[in-house]
Amino acid sequence: MTVGAAVDGVALQLRGIIKRFGAVTALDRAHLTVRGGTVHALVGENGAGKSTLMRIAAGLETVDAGSVELFGRRARGGSVAESAASGLGMVHQHLSLVPALTTTENFALGRHGLYRGDAVGALLARTSADAGLSITPDVPVSELSIVEQQRLEIVKALARGARILVLDEPTAVLAPQEVQDLLSWIRRFAARGGTIVLVTHKLREVIAVADDVTVLRRGAVVLTRAVAGASEEALADAIFGQGAVGPNGTQPSSAAPNGDVVVHVDAMDVSDLRGVTRIRAATLDIRRGEIVGVAAVEGSGHRELMLAVAGLRAPDSGRLVLPRGIAFVPADRARDAMIPEFSLTENFALRGAGSRRGVISWPDMTQRTRAGIARFEVVASSPAAPARSLSGGNQQRLILARELEGDVDLVVADNPTRGLDARGTRFVHEQLRAAAARGAAVVMHSSDLDEVLGLASRVLVVHHGTVREQPVDRDVVGRAMLGVE
Amino acid sequence: MMLLEQGAGVVRILDAFWRGSVGTSSALISGTLVRAVPLTVVGVGIAIAFRAGVFNIGGEGQLLAGAIAATLTGLNMDAGPALTVLAALVMAAIAGAAWAGVAALLRARFGVLEVISTIMLNFIAANLVSYLVRGPMQEPTHIYPQTELIAPVARLPRLLPQTRLHAGALIAVIIAIAAWWVMTRTAAGFRLRAAGASASAARTAGRIDVSRVAAMALLTSGAFAGLAGGIEVAGVTFGLYENLSPGYGFSAIAVAILGRLHPLAILGSAFVFAALETGALGMQRDAGVPSVVASAIEAMAILLVVGAGAWSRWMPRRSVGARVSADGAA
Repeated sequence: MTVGAAVDGVALQLRGIIKRFGAVTALDRAHLTVRGGTVHALVGENGAGKSTLMRIAAGLETVDAGSVELFGRRARGGSVAESAASGLGMVHQHLSLVPALTTTENFALGRHGLYRGDAVGALLARTSADAGLSITPDVPVSELSIVEQQRLEIVKALARGARILVLDEPTAVLAPQEVQDLLSWIRRFAARGGTIVLVTHKLREVIAVADDVTVLRRGAVVLTRAVAGASEEALADAIFGQGAVGPNGTQPSSAAPNGDVVVHVDAMDVSDLRGVTRIRAATLDIRRGEIVGVAAVEGSGHRELMLAVAGLRAPDSGRLVLPRGIAFVPADRARDAMIPEFSLTENFALRGAGSRRGVISWPDMTQRTRAGIARFEVVASSPAAPARSLSGGNQQRLILARELEGDVDLVVADNPTRGLDARGTRFVHEQLRAAAARGAAVVMHSSDLDEVLGLASRVLVVHHGTVREQPVDRDVVGRAMLGVE
Repeated sequence: MMLLEQGAGVVRILDAFWRGSVGTSSALISGTLVRAVPLTVVGVGIAIAFRAGVFNIGGEGQLLAGAIAATLTGLNMDAGPALTVLAALVMAAIAGAAWAGVAALLRARFGVLEVISTIMLNFIAANLVSYLVRGPMQEPTHIYPQTELIAPVARLPRLLPQTRLHAGALIAVIIAIAAWWVMTRTAAGFRLRAAGASASAARTAGRIDVSRVAAMALLTSGAFAGLAGGIEVAGVTFGLYENLSPGYGFSAIAVAILGRLHPLAILGSAFVFAALETGALGMQRDAGVPSVVASAIEAMAILLVVGAGAWSRWMPRRSVGARVSADGAA
């Protein structure tokens, strides 16, 4: 069976796409040509514009300039229904299924007319059999594994007539064997005339599965070529460019790491919440006064490393020695770092709440909050104001004020400047440097490699669960992140 | 409208409601205040669970478990006036906690939602009471489906002579104040509120063992409901029988919500609900109005409060959403 027509033609053509978000130009005259019946890899750093480009193709975003053509037909753009009708389906990185509904019911979502369970079930069975993706009908989605959910998303898109499938970082959440299965399915789909756009960070996957590759850097296409004959090195160079100076112009801290060891990790394995081992045999020491940058592409296991070092995820095996005073700045501040409805004082009291005993002296706590607000220049009406009344930047200042209060031996910061403006970013950087200068060990991760390189005195690269130290050099780190030796 | 369709004069109905609830000193003291006691104690317990993010719908079952334990203690123990009643109340609280503990265990071991398990445990407790008062605990003549009356030493003293108001009213006030103090002033109370408001932030920023806090909240909540059952036996019924509770455990959920889960406010909302219910009984008795009208009024009161709460939360939440997406795009 063949999946679609136009095997030899062009399935998807994007020309001169310009997309701005406020003052930020996300895409700058980007172009993309995807031949029908092929697997086209779209690679680039975080923030390079890959997802935005594909969201435009899927009709989820409008363009400021440029054109979208699907199977030779010009799309008006900005309409998911139009893109879907033209045969493009997108499977998002964060799957959008309803956990409480069954597989069959989720499959029926977005379809029109009456819900007839048997008819929908038959269509699900037929589509999944055609696609070679087994789906158990009538099982609540909450009971499915990630890989089964992903399969369901793909089958949903196919049932709507998708001949081009856009997979946005589909392997980031999968275990190694699951990755293999997905990649071989992608090849089979293309062999039957289907077209795949694979958005990924992982060059090994590109080489293994793709026919063509397009590299985006800072919103512009810097390379389009056939994968045959391409090396991982050449792709890595295209992704990260040459030269090591970051755009924020920060200079690496030069403090010599000669302080006491405060974090000692030996042969440590760490799993995610599904129980899949994400970090394998990590061994490292972190000393007072140094800023250790953790560089990794999404899905490498660095999240679990950061959680373990913050003392929030127990290792499966190996040794992990942590100091007492640990400050943690999580990536998702509204979810993990604060309670939006609580007052600033109550949010301040959150630190250490797990081990606090007896009566809380709220006047003292308010006093400490006031001091923190003053020291970190938080713009707030009063310590009694709810945290949600603060802007994102001020929320982050409050969190830093709380976490850096008192004796801090170790600071663990995961994407601490996410969503902050230039002033807020500079402030966070200053605070991390100051903490290191005061003798704390600092471990930070950012999805912006330049930020890591700008701050770190030492860089650890996590690739596929393996932690290795690398010199503070953009090219070397960039390649190591992608697993290129 | 509903009242008018009953064909009775509005004035007569309102008068019956007034005299049945707060209009006469005996209705107020022996009716409404006595009825407010279990509503307060269970309501505070429910508020503790809800604040921790645990939806304990099993107040009724826990109350009955407490009533059984208090009756057993009262029938079998004689350690003097103060000690016996104290022991009965303590046993009642323990039984209520144990009844909630079943749900806590099911949640911890098998991930059974407490909403489901606590409801089911209500039915089990009600049927257990039916069995006990017709079987092993039935009064010696075996005529009535009830137990013997507990000894006077196991009863709560009256606060005012010639009324039904008993010392349980004091306990209810003390419990509300104590719960308020613990929730707002202590580290444990703060953990409870944090775990309920945001489990992820409590876990990550507070390093709080959220499942432990939730389990403790459920047990405490059950202990309060059990205590309410004990107070009811020791202060009002002096024995166990079916329908000992006219749905206190369910009304108390409404009381807790109407009081916005605030223990001191629950003192007020329990009084309002008790007045509504006794007033409705008065209407039924003196004006022939079905007491379901009071249930309808209660339901409307809850809808109003919940609606107002949702509205006031929804407004600021919109602006939060707008700001988060602005951050994300920057």
